[in-house]
Amino acid sequence: MKQTAKYAVLAVSLAVAAAFGSTAALAQAKKTGAQAKEQFFPVLSYRTGAYAPNGIPFANGFVDYLKLVNARDGGIGGVKITWEECETGYATDRGVECYERLKGKGPTGATAFHPLSTGITFALTDKSFVDKIPIITAGYGRADSVDGTVFAWNFPLGGTYWDASDMLIQHIGKKEGGLDKLKGKKIALVYHDSPYGKEPIALLQERVKMHGFELLLLPVTHPGVEQKATWLQIRQQRPDYVLLWGWGVMNSTSIKEAVATGYPREKMYGVWWSGAEPDVTPAGDGAKGYNALTFMAPSGQGAVHKDILKYVYDKGQGTGKKEDIGEVLYNRGMNAALVTIEAVKRAQIKHGKKPLKGEEVRWGLENLALDNAAIKKLGFEGYMSPISTSCADHHGGSVAGIHTWEGKKWIVEKGTTLVADSQIIKPMIRASAEKYAAEKKIVKRDCAKEAG
Amino acid sequence: MFYRENGQFKSSYASDQQMLPILQDRVLMLGLLAFAFLVVPFVISDYVFLSLLIPFLILTVAALGLNLLVGYCGQISLGHAAFMAVGAYAAYNLALRVPQLSFLVVLVLAGLIAAAVGVLFGIPSLRIKGLYLGVATLAAQFFIDWVFARVKWFTNYAHSGSVQTAPLEVFGWTVNSPVEKYLFLLCVLIVFTIVANNLVRGHIGRAWMATRDMDVAAEVIGIRPVYAKLTAFAISSFYVGVAGALWGFVHLGSWEPLAFNLTLSLNLLFMVIIGGLGSLLGSYFGAAFIVVLPIVLNQAPAWLGAPISTAMASHLEFMIFGALIVFFLIVEPHGLARLWAIGKEKMRLWPFPH
Repeated sequence: MKQTAKYAVLAVSLAVAAAFGSTAALAQAKKTGAQAKEQFFPVLSYRTGAYAPNGIPFANGFVDYLKLVNARDGGIGGVKITWEECETGYATDRGVECYERLKGKGPTGATAFHPLSTGITFALTDKSFVDKIPIITAGYGRADSVDGTVFAWNFPLGGTYWDASDMLIQHIGKKEGGLDKLKGKKIALVYHDSPYGKEPIALLQERVKMHGFELLLLPVTHPGVEQKATWLQIRQQRPDYVLLWGWGVMNSTSIKEAVATGYPREKMYGVWWSGAEPDVTPAGDGAKGYNALTFMAPSGQGAVHKDILKYVYDKGQGTGKKEDIGEVLYNRGMNAALVTIEAVKRAQIKHGKKPLKGEEVRWGLENLALDNAAIKKLGFEGYMSPISTSCADHHGGSVAGIHTWEGKKWIVEKGTTLVADSQIIKPMIRASAEKYAAEKKIVKRDCAKEAG
Repeated sequence: MFYRENGQFKSSYASDQQMLPILQDRVLMLGLLAFAFLVVPFVISDYVFLSLLIPFLILTVAALGLNLLVGYCGQISLGHAAFMAVGAYAAYNLALRVPQLSFLVVLVLAGLIAAAVGVLFGIPSLRIKGLYLGVATLAAQFFIDWVFARVKWFTNYAHSGSVQTAPLEVFGWTVNSPVEKYLFLLCVLIVFTIVANNLVRGHIGRAWMATRDMDVAAEVIGIRPVYAKLTAFAISSFYVGVAGALWGFVHLGSWEPLAFNLTLSLNLLFMVIIGGLGSLLGSYFGAAFIVVLPIVLNQAPAWLGAPISTAMASHLEFMIFGALIVFFLIVEPHGLARLWAIGKEKMRLWPFPH
């Protein structure tokens, strides 16, 4: 009797599985049947897990901007934007699964991917050569992918971690009264022990050679809630400055530990991913005085936010909460959506107002020219710095400032604009890209030939 | 009725010793192989290949390896993802530093290196048993994780600690498209399954099982525990090392030390336990359960047309997946393979069960 029950359960589960399969097939058939005038945007997001506090506002900003363009402009040049979210949980394997799931959707496949994780970026970079879909890593990803002749499909728009760490060292140098004053100082890097956190090390070591400061490398293992040992080391070594390279709960934990250790928050500098509201609010008043880089989009609201409120939230279509609009990461998500849409717009000029393939979108990404006038027209004035890319340069220029948490909101330090020293970074990019090309046996692109 | 061996007489040693002694099994297996080789490559989408079948095939090799150790020899290991990492990094370094080697040679060498490391960490099993051994192998996991994250030579001084592999080539055949990868892995898996099947019914397998069932008694009847336990660790690590190399080269293409963390070790152990300890077929079931089910659960709401957020879908995924693990372990503690065996038994008696 018991056995029969077992088999009934097994049969039911099999039937359910079969039903799932057939509805899935039907849905698939429905989608590919109509050659709709739609441009498909894949959205890799994480709304669960240890990185959710930072993943949610970013995803909300990204999707809200897509909704805005559909509602206000009727899509991109008359082509409606469609999108689908896929939860990666910041895990590389799930990210790759999401990529495979979404890359073929829509009439022309995925427009471009924002992996929102350096680990996933590394994995997708390999696939991009086969699938010919651009990977946009606005403010993260591989530093060497600036070189478009090797990394034909990666776009680290707005800055890499080599830029970021270089800017921070320059800023600290300025504070000390010149880069030569860094000699003998101690700078600690508290970093997420993943490709994301390790990226800046190469550049910092280069700077160590130039200025002779001491670099303490303090890794924090995923997900970053256990940092007692790290901060004990900081208490013992007393570094002059702490650079924070964290993400998700690791950031807020670091700041809380700094409070507990009594390390002055004024001496802490976060990368642009360690300087948003969810990072400082859990530490309460203790976070006051903490600094971080801010690139492209500081917090606050501008012209575009009014549009989002009017066209999206007032109609009850908002993705997140109304109060959270204008947070640092929300704005950054919006920026990420913007650059993709602008690339599609640019590519439509060349290829016509129809759904575009990833390969055609790449042309748009390589010919982006967003100057201050264009940014103002888009309603992003003050929330974005100009970008101009080319076939060989997938980076487009990186400018950042510093902002400080004042207990209630982020205050941008006036008059501080930081630009990375390309004299140091360029040779490093070249060497690293060459190594990658050799390991993967990649034939470099000839940009002069493609332009002609 | 469908599954009766009546009238099938074994009249020679060869027919008595063949791997599938019953005609129905042979027919079924041939049909299955024909389906896997001739039908699947033409009807399945790239997504299913890359996200479901390829990870499934590779993790089945790993689960087979772990099952040899845990299921057949009774030695628990919580550090098998570490041996996968050894295999993956060994293959990476061999392919990078000795580019003349064919990938198959690299694969075997990577497996051998993993086997050597496995034996090293298997030595404590000679003195300690059960949970204590589990803790000792856990040390392997943490130590090897640390080595690959910190010793730069292994990652060829990559500044972010992430390594990438060159495209795969086997005898001039570039294994590139999803279908090619699938066929290549299927061949590897078949070879490894045949070898495992013959190992466990040969004298080594019998020595392992005797050690598992009662090590003192095994020693009394003349089985050397050193030999039995260390061969189990070596062969198991060999399998897992090869699986690791495949995971890195065929599935991921580029990876970081985090790809082989403790979660993967535990997942491998779940595969073996849920699939069925001491059953090769169970390794297949277990790998399918752990690889395929979460992805199906994650997408099920969308297929059913239920509009829920991705966050909700992934919470549901975790809840249902956890509940199913508990459910299957309560209903059948001997694993999915045991359910299958009961099913076969039923087929034998049907339609006249007693």
